Amino acid sequence: MTQYRVLPGPEHFLPPAAASMGVYLPNPGEAHINGVIATEEKAYEEAARQFLMAKVPTIFPGPLVLWAWNEKAAKKATAIRHLYNTLKECVQPGQSPMLIPMPDYRPKYPKINPEVEINPNHPNLTIWHNKIDCCMFVGVHCHQANLSLKIIRGGTSCYTIAMCAQAGHEDAMLSFRDASVEKIMKLAEWVRKLKGTVKPRLTSAKSGASN
Amino acid sequence: MADTHSVIGTQNKKGQTYTDTWKMMHEAPRTPSFFTGSEVIKEALRRASCDVMIAYPITPQSEAAALIGELFAEGYIGDYFRGESEFAVMSQCAGAAFGGARVFTTTAGPGTMRAMENFPMWAGARLPIQMIVTCRGINSPLSIQPDTLEIAYLLNTGMLVWHAETAQDFFDWILKGYMVSEEPDVHLPLALCCDGFFVTHTKDVVNLTPADMCLPPYDPYRSPVPCMDMECPPVRMMRDPFVMKSNYISYATHASWQQEIWAAIERSRKHTIKWLNGLIDTENTDADIMIVASGTAVSQGREAIRLLEDEGIRCGLVKVKTLRPWPEEEIREATKNAKHIFVPEFNVTGWLAKEIKATIPNHHRVHAGPHVCGGMTMPPEIIVQEIKTALGMKTLSLAGRGS
Repeated sequence: MTQYRVLPGPEHFLPPAAASMGVYLPNPGEAHINGVIATEEKAYEEAARQFLMAKVPTIFPGPLVLWAWNEKAAKKATAIRHLYNTLKECVQPGQSPMLIPMPDYRPKYPKINPEVEINPNHPNLTIWHNKIDCCMFVGVHCHQANLSLKIIRGGTSCYTIAMCAQAGHEDAMLSFRDASVEKIMKLAEWVRKLKGTVKPRLTSAKSGASN
Repeated sequence: MADTHSVIGTQNKKGQTYTDTWKMMHEAPRTPSFFTGSEVIKEALRRASCDVMIAYPITPQSEAAALIGELFAEGYIGDYFRGESEFAVMSQCAGAAFGGARVFTTTAGPGTMRAMENFPMWAGARLPIQMIVTCRGINSPLSIQPDTLEIAYLLNTGMLVWHAETAQDFFDWILKGYMVSEEPDVHLPLALCCDGFFVTHTKDVVNLTPADMCLPPYDPYRSPVPCMDMECPPVRMMRDPFVMKSNYISYATHASWQQEIWAAIERSRKHTIKWLNGLIDTENTDADIMIVASGTAVSQGREAIRLLEDEGIRCGLVKVKTLRPWPEEEIREATKNAKHIFVPEFNVTGWLAKEIKATIPNHHRVHAGPHVCGGMTMPPEIIVQEIKTALGMKTLSLAGRGS
């Protein structure tokens, strides 16, 4: 079993892919936390705790849920909005939840407006600009999500969560797999359940660019 | 949106039933059939629910490509045509796969080399195309005979690379290959290699799954990248000034992208182990002497082991099934007791021996040979001779009969 752990960075000039360090993806019914296989229940609790601890907890919905291209996508989008609203209700003064979309994958450097969108090719710009210290990817194609998650781990201290509809992401610090409306709603339930029990950090995210 | 599971049990236009692949490969009855390797490729494709096959003639894969044309005429393949060259074929395969099709092609030797630029592109674009490589000589003077040198060039393309020993491997692995390479966490092209002529043009008994069962269709909506979209990478990436810029961000993107390809190869381990029952097969791993080989060199190694046993020399065997993913831990474990490791190969450079030397501790144990190349056969006696010579035992020269 690998000793490598997927932790908040900034990790390295070029951090390795976690899969190349021996981290395996969870099987159906499982999740992973920091590269170690965990129960989904534990992952819900930890994801909710990380959201409530962050100064700027942020959800990054991708194209698979942003556009109502089928009924399932539309329902997921509604669930994500519910999670965001729950976060806003449950955080304490000084915490600022955000919902920043990843509408497509076109490289937009240097023209990106990090206030309104995130791009998988340079996600660190949005994270640095908004001082995001915890984020969740949802509805992003797996390749693009992994591309981003490694760059984020390399250059920022942001805690990353993946709510993946396929096999999960070992490059996130915490990953669910087979994401569904029910799983997103359950995470919202956990956020509500832990409301008031988690002490927020209320300090800016650490990163070379923002500090 | 397609749902693979929803079609299980329904029939395609040829009356074949879309079948759960695990059941089809492991539980369905098998019919022994006496076929050439080329005919086996055709029979596997008949059951593969393949959307597009693109062909170009080059020995020794031409027969398989032509036989698949017959399948198209019979209505088993969605589309089939001949490209203008191997380079064109592989580019056209990319186009079909970008569009969400299950794609198959075959090539060999200089054809593989001619098309080489496409293979890292396929991997980078996460296209789960399956390419049969019926290995042959690649250098001047021209040779159409078996030689596995071209595999060495495929190892760093980002493709999955498997090396079949027999026609039975070929039949099973073509079908199982799609199951591994189309997993969303893998989603990479597969180069399924065999030693040309030895496998493609010889007949063997192959146990076939029922012809009225076929794989579930490919579901492009599980792809880790969007289907054809000219505004998004990887397509957009190729014409966007972004990739031409010299700055940290463009480098970081490209670096992360490359890492993701190799991460996907690593992720394929889990699925490959499940479908191929391990990345290697082993026999007698407690022996002091081990033969580690891939392709038909495994068959020759088996025969050499039998000859050595007749002389009271015990020898073990490792059959390397996958070269990417590379079975590093498995080979370390299987060779941990060996004092001597022999690597017979059908190529001049000994690429497999180099991979093994880079993998195991005390690599001085590796004897890179015997080698044959350019189409020579590898009689098991020369493996026996190599082993006995290394052990300091007397052997007869096999080079000639003398005066």
